[in-house]
Amino acid sequence: MKRTLRISQQLSQRLGFSLLTLMVVATIIPILAVIVYIIYEGAPAISWEFLSGFPREGMRQGGILPAIVGTFYLTLGTAIFSVPLGIAAAIYLAEYAPENAATRLIRIAIINLAGIPSVVYGLFGLGLFVFFLKFGTSLLSASLTLSIMTLPVIISAAEEALRAVPQSFRTVSVSLGGTRWQTIRRIVLPQALPGIITGVILGLERAAGETAPILFTGAAFFLPQLPNSPLDATMALPYHLFVISTQVPEMPFHIQYGTALVLITFVLGMNLAATFIRSRARAKRQW
Amino acid sequence: MDKSLNWREYIITRLIKASGYSAILFVGLIFLFLIKEGVPALGEISLSDLLATRWYPIEDFFGILPLLTGSLIVTIGAALIAIPFGLGSAIFIAEIAPRWLREILKPLVELLGGLPSVVLGFLGILVLSPNLRILLDLPTGLTALAGSLLLGAIAIPTVVSIAEDALDAVPRDYRDGALAVGATRWQTIWRVTLPAAKSGVLTAIMLGIGRALGETMTVMMVTGNAPVMATKWNSIFQPVRTMTATIAAEMGEVANGSSHYHVLFLIGLILFLFSLAINVAASSVVFRQKKRAERILS
Repeated sequence: MKRTLRISQQLSQRLGFSLLTLMVVATIIPILAVIVYIIYEGAPAISWEFLSGFPREGMRQGGILPAIVGTFYLTLGTAIFSVPLGIAAAIYLAEYAPENAATRLIRIAIINLAGIPSVVYGLFGLGLFVFFLKFGTSLLSASLTLSIMTLPVIISAAEEALRAVPQSFRTVSVSLGGTRWQTIRRIVLPQALPGIITGVILGLERAAGETAPILFTGAAFFLPQLPNSPLDATMALPYHLFVISTQVPEMPFHIQYGTALVLITFVLGMNLAATFIRSRARAKRQW
Repeated sequence: MDKSLNWREYIITRLIKASGYSAILFVGLIFLFLIKEGVPALGEISLSDLLATRWYPIEDFFGILPLLTGSLIVTIGAALIAIPFGLGSAIFIAEIAPRWLREILKPLVELLGGLPSVVLGFLGILVLSPNLRILLDLPTGLTALAGSLLLGAIAIPTVVSIAEDALDAVPRDYRDGALAVGATRWQTIWRVTLPAAKSGVLTAIMLGIGRALGETMTVMMVTGNAPVMATKWNSIFQPVRTMTATIAAEMGEVANGSSHYHVLFLIGLILFLFSLAINVAASSVVFRQKKRAERILS
């Protein structure tokens, strides 16, 4: 009696573990398949002309340079606004904020910012930056919209990195006569830097791949030249992929897959860089 | 200490504090602008016209029910995929996988989270929906089902990473205790670890659903965008249109200040309030749990 019970327990554990293993496999395989498939279909389209030329013949020929440059500018613009603000906010939460209702409200606000649908950010950017502040459909409006969307990612990651720095580091610095800001600036920030950089890259990665927030704030269907000022509209890789896969009839497949490949290389390259920095910092860390 | 240092310290501290509060400012601003541009719709279109079943803006039909049901059916479908697969993967990664496998699986799942939604939508158009059409013998593969499948994939990383954190945070002693009294690892997972991580798991599910509800590009590209009421079980095999896709598809073409413009902002306001409700609920679950834990441990 006891023996059969034992076996059935073992059996249910084995069945359960197999089921979970299957679920993981079913989750992981499609991710790898998607990436491999895009590389396989997209690689033949990649040439110097594709990367450095303008689209021709209603985008059915030529290259995607303005979309690549546009995504680069948008990522840079997003970084200019969101990195200093996000790190400063993280410093406040990790080093200054008292445990009270106001701080709790900040945390709830950050969680909410992270959950707001990307298209709602687009609406907000349209209302505030494009119309109310009269920045127009521009790199500036789109970058500002993406910055606010990116902010919660950067704040959370940077705060976590700052909190991971042992309290004793701060105590020593203060006991040697350092002020609070000197302690943060010279001791805590350098120690937390790899974690902060990882968070920044992951935030910017999200901004680089997003389409909905820039749809009505800065993205252009087609432009014959590169943007000259922050007040110009811009092409962008994700929006370009959307356009050529839904709005242009008889679009050659290789250009679509080529564009998708450049986009995931850009985005997943950032992801890998973040993973690499994090794991290297963990290995080198002495505390 | 010299005075200039004092002043600099003061100003920097102020700036840092202001940055800290900026998150509240932005949520407030977003809410404000959605109200400013969206609420006028309520004055221009009667509530009974808004809560109607026909969305056809060119002829001034602004019934948002088809969009609500569209979002609902796609999100439910996505949840049915993301919850079991996401939680299953989280349990596997946190409780079963050896350390080396864990170090591979976690970045891989994060990689899925990093794939731009437009890329998934693109593959949805070219690969998934033609195959669904043939496999299920449908007139078109661009259906709620295609949207649900892809949204499920998009929500999985959210569910996995939060649920995995929650499982990871369960103290080792709990598991050791269960194993010591003769439970199998499987029993320990189901009867001890999962219940202990309940609030985090619940948060993971809620935020995963929020992620699916708010996703835009993928659903716009693969659900066929037909604003029809999705009220029957087989609606999943038909084209639908979600709230997010409607905003994204139509905002580019409306006149600034028209009724159509205001209704699109109103839909944005509804989405904002949904996500607010989900996130406040999720964070209060975590907060309550933390309080309880503090009470027990003190």
